[in-house]
Amino acid sequence: MTMAPDQTRLAKRPGVPLIDGIDKVTGKARYTADLDHSDALVGRLFRSPFSHADIIRLDVSKARALDGVVAVVTGDDCPHTYGVLPIAMNEYPLSRGRVRYRGEPVAAVAAIDAETAERALGLIEFEVKELPAYYTSADARAADAVLLHDNKPGNIERDVHNEFGDVRQGFAAADLVREEKFSCAEINHAQIEPHASLAEYDPATNRLTVQTVSQVGYYLHLMIAQCLEMDSSRIRVIKPFIGGGFGARVEALNFEIITALLARASAGKVMMQLTREETFITHRARPQTDIRLKLGMNKDGRMTACECEVVQRGGAYAGYGIITILYAGALLQGLYDIPAVKYDGYRVYANLPPCGAMRGHGSVDMRHAFECLVDRMARELGLDPFAVRRANLLQAPTRTMNDLMVNSYGLAECLDKVERASGWRERLGKLPPGKGLGMACSHYVSGAAKPIHRTGEPHAVVNLRLDFDGGVTALTGAADIGQGSSTMVAIAVAETLDISLDRIRVIAADTAVTPKDNGAYSSRITFMVGNAAIDAAKKLKAVLIVAAARKLEARAEDIECVGEVFRVGTGKQSTLPFADVVAAALVDEGAITVKGTFTTPPEAQGGKHRGGAVGSTMGFSYAAQVVEVSIDDASGLVTVDKVWVALDCGYAINPLAVEGQVEGSVWMGMGQAMCEETRYLDGLPAHASLLEYRMPTIAESPPIEVQIVETNDPYGPFGAKEASEGALAGFPPALVNAIANAIGIDLDELPVTPDRVMDALIQRRRQARLASSKKAAS
Amino acid sequence: MHAPGPPPKKRLLRLRLNGRWREDAVAEKELLVDYLRDVAHLTGVKTGCDGGECGACTVLVDGEAVPSCITLAVRCEGRDVETIEGLATQGRLNRLQRAFHEKLGTQCGFCTPGMIMAAEALLRRNPNPSDKEIRTALSGNLCRCTGYVKIIESVQAAAESAS
Repeated sequence: MTMAPDQTRLAKRPGVPLIDGIDKVTGKARYTADLDHSDALVGRLFRSPFSHADIIRLDVSKARALDGVVAVVTGDDCPHTYGVLPIAMNEYPLSRGRVRYRGEPVAAVAAIDAETAERALGLIEFEVKELPAYYTSADARAADAVLLHDNKPGNIERDVHNEFGDVRQGFAAADLVREEKFSCAEINHAQIEPHASLAEYDPATNRLTVQTVSQVGYYLHLMIAQCLEMDSSRIRVIKPFIGGGFGARVEALNFEIITALLARASAGKVMMQLTREETFITHRARPQTDIRLKLGMNKDGRMTACECEVVQRGGAYAGYGIITILYAGALLQGLYDIPAVKYDGYRVYANLPPCGAMRGHGSVDMRHAFECLVDRMARELGLDPFAVRRANLLQAPTRTMNDLMVNSYGLAECLDKVERASGWRERLGKLPPGKGLGMACSHYVSGAAKPIHRTGEPHAVVNLRLDFDGGVTALTGAADIGQGSSTMVAIAVAETLDISLDRIRVIAADTAVTPKDNGAYSSRITFMVGNAAIDAAKKLKAVLIVAAARKLEARAEDIECVGEVFRVGTGKQSTLPFADVVAAALVDEGAITVKGTFTTPPEAQGGKHRGGAVGSTMGFSYAAQVVEVSIDDASGLVTVDKVWVALDCGYAINPLAVEGQVEGSVWMGMGQAMCEETRYLDGLPAHASLLEYRMPTIAESPPIEVQIVETNDPYGPFGAKEASEGALAGFPPALVNAIANAIGIDLDELPVTPDRVMDALIQRRRQARLASSKKAAS
Repeated sequence: MHAPGPPPKKRLLRLRLNGRWREDAVAEKELLVDYLRDVAHLTGVKTGCDGGECGACTVLVDGEAVPSCITLAVRCEGRDVETIEGLATQGRLNRLQRAFHEKLGTQCGFCTPGMIMAAEALLRRNPNPSDKEIRTALSGNLCRCTGYVKIIESVQAAAESAS
């Protein structure tokens, strides 16, 4: 399954630029909105202005009659639900009977131009009976709350309860037990490309082509077939260039299915471009989360037990919800060796846009609470934050109590690297007033070991095609969304075949052309598609070696292939250039196609307990980071001066891309930690622009120093694991720990906005005044 | 239902676009970004927001970086407008394009054209910008992928390659 990397050749490689990078820097790259749609109708959505209401009347007849309107569709046109898990598809593309959040699509129009489409929206008559709406988990869970979904009592989508080891005994044996509450705001992916879909339906052939921003073309293809009641073979989903995802596009989205419905209803081509506001409302990001965490620790820093309750406000529909709430519990384990872990999770329905998967899916808020509390207990016990983490390291290979495989584990090395690079030992406690250092650790899966749909197919399939021109074309369903996955595939093939990278062409994510792939989520592509690409390249190499042997009249086992030259053993006189070997291989055969696959074995797919598949993976990435901050106590403004981060990605197939992913994920953690927050006023998004949704600009973004740790994972492609998500979750707690170090205040809420810091500073001053006046009075 | 009225009357816009003079009929209220994308088919100019928020649509007007989504096309009468498509000469990447490619200053690439154009305006007026000057010049351009580290490195590398 694995292949030892040729370390001597690869070790010092700085990495390669993206194979599609030139298209991006020249403006040639075509994103969905850039595709020619001069002959397309314009699609627009009519969205509910109510948070929670039964639909009494929806009349689109005037809109339909407007000159220039070609089609209007409503919930009547699609009686099928869609979603992620087959057991939890409770959302209609266009609402039927009831609306559950403000902005939920109710009807859609296709017209000859934008003005006509917008006028038509104004002619739609919508009459409802309003219901009580709930915007917090507590309100939604109240005993007398109206149910959003009749089959979900208490408005709980899913509650999770499990205990591994003896938690009571663990706490009893601890020298110190502490329990604290944390709250993390809801945030959004805010990828810079707004959502868009272009769908074309040909009534003569009954074929539908959808070009769209999806990270999961395969799942979207299935959902369109389901919702439109179309034969799957008549559908084609193509991914153009994609302007970021981070999980925003990791499930089929309502507007994608609606655009397909409109295209069919209008028997033509429809372009649907959502505004930034609508892109925010489509949401599917990280839920507002309340965490109650209790930890037991011994004087030497060894953890004895962990008890964690997580409540996620999931929004109005299921989406990825069940998986998110399971992740938060599952990933309590796999980072440290904790003898007893109890988890209670509640995923709550509320009358807000549905949450979903976002980078670090499910793990980030829980990890924030955990790393903050560990630091506070270390302080109480007089222990160094690094020493506490080192006291709880795992030994790989191992299995956690919840049956997750840990096959390689570079956390110790990550700790060493950031401790040294940041000058932690020399500088901690010696910085000027208002400055501080904080640290934290984190981990993430390299691909969910159990797929969402259990079809029995491999997790990944890659085809390689070789023809007369000597070019190798890799066909993969994996969606490159900017993370560089197509470049990774090209490198994996080129390295395995030992040919020039320029010889490889990657065609990705077109369901009519590329083999099915589950898509860009759970950081699965490098691990799974990378392994499949290597497998395919090995098969192609075997074909070429047989051809070379035939041509050179030698035995196949004596043929060597080095840098596009095939030769017999060391015999220099009998060599064949690549082109000649290709020509020989095509004799009697013609164009060659080989297939590589990757499948996780059953023992990697998690425990037998309910929900035990979530969190399972063949390789965890590990990260440690140190954050240095300055705090202005007059304004409460926190400035991040520098970040040092180390990530164990097993092996860096493309070090340049690994660095880029680590920098980006740390920075995204910084946004969540410092300023990002969605806000709703009676369900109306108050954050839905890139000015109101504050994310860090280049002016306030710190230098991030990345170090790569290579543990050479036994199952990863060339030993690689994921690199895009693992470092994110460490940033928020490292920041909050650094603030505590700088000004002695422990903050329990994210984001750490200046007003929250000021409130804490004012409260402390008030308490100090109170204490001194009491002292004076006594 | 009554039909919508005829589209608003257009006027002739004459400008130099990526070095070539051209004339097009545009509506008074047409935004520069829509003119560039829909009329001139320069789709390297991106729309990332609902107006003036993200910088993805940044182009140069007489050498100044301008958000084309809050600029009227008719304001460019007789002026020099440059987009990302005009930077490479005879297929040779400009120094910033080369640096953003080689240093991974681009990931998803959606903010990249705007980012490069803003950086181009900076380097033309200040060939050796400091770290702070780069940050100030690009502070209206949002990127969600890179954390900006490699964007700054790219601009620095481009500045160095020219000197």
